[in-house]
Amino acid sequence: MNCRGVIRELSDYLDGELDARAREELERHLTNCTDCRLVVDTTRKTIQIFCNSEPVPLPEDVRARLHKALEKRLRQQPT
Amino acid sequence: MSRGGMETIASSARSTASNKQTDAMVSQSNRRYATLCRGREPCLPGGWRAAHRLSSSNPRPAPSAIAKDDEGALVASAKAGDASAFEELVNRYEGKIFRLAMNITQNREDAEDAMQDAFLKSFAHLRDFQGDSRFYTWLVRITVNEALMKLRKRRPNQISLDEPVESEDDLLPREIKDWGPTPEQQFAQTELHTVLSNVISQLDAGFRVVFLLRDVEELSTEETAQLLGLSVPAVKSRLLRARLKLRQKLDSYFQRSQSN
Repeated sequence: MNCRGVIRELSDYLDGELDARAREELERHLTNCTDCRLVVDTTRKTIQIFCNSEPVPLPEDVRARLHKALEKRLRQQPT
Repeated sequence: MSRGGMETIASSARSTASNKQTDAMVSQSNRRYATLCRGREPCLPGGWRAAHRLSSSNPRPAPSAIAKDDEGALVASAKAGDASAFEELVNRYEGKIFRLAMNITQNREDAEDAMQDAFLKSFAHLRDFQGDSRFYTWLVRITVNEALMKLRKRRPNQISLDEPVESEDDLLPREIKDWGPTPEQQFAQTELHTVLSNVISQLDAGFRVVFLLRDVEELSTEETAQLLGLSVPAVKSRLLRARLKLRQKLDSYFQRSQSN
């Protein structure tokens, strides 16, 4: 496998969806190619950074309007 | 997807079953709310806050008696008419849902509207939720549809599912540098949020939404394809490109930060 092949298979490799033979070929290439190793590593970190990022607390004004809207709908219920 | 058969996300989303459900949700909402609250005095007539005896100085409700990690029990309780259980679900997910809507719409007003509509519709149709996925995943689906509708209204010509025109060569990274073991720790939390929001806003909507669903909300490729009306190969293609584009954009931050 060459560098283009690594890029082509990168997502499946990171998602663990590459078949065993292709994975072996890709990993063999990685042992000899610093650039591809860094691309794999930094792409994996990109996903992790986004995935692990906690949302900032909801702005209080936005939260107040949300709960007011929900309360309003509940008040529309027939008694 | 052939260029001749290109569609916009908006028109595609409109044609999906989930969107039809969204339309149906609107027309049935009042009946559903009534169903949810039937026989449950706390819903009537004091409303949301009254049900929880909230004071104005403490807008957050007391925690539900249900264990915080037991989403299924909260949903079951909300389905049975316990508004406080639904409020607990709202409190739990409002931050993530707002972030998702914000990342899709790139507009605070639209994101707020999409979030409100998503919570209201999920509440109205709680009894239709069969529990074959997590409640949060179901909520994400509703939110994505709401956010895409807002995005389509604001920017009708910019939401394309066109196959990208870049060649494979454009995907090949250049000037590759090491980020170190924990590049995100070079930034304070709020600063990192700004960086992530900035780089994801630079992606086209077609890439952005696929990345958010697959890598942030952790939907499967098949779920993402179904929700967006795309083929599985199209989702994979967009995901690869989105990941590489984000990697490239973060590269400049982390390299710059390392050199400081």
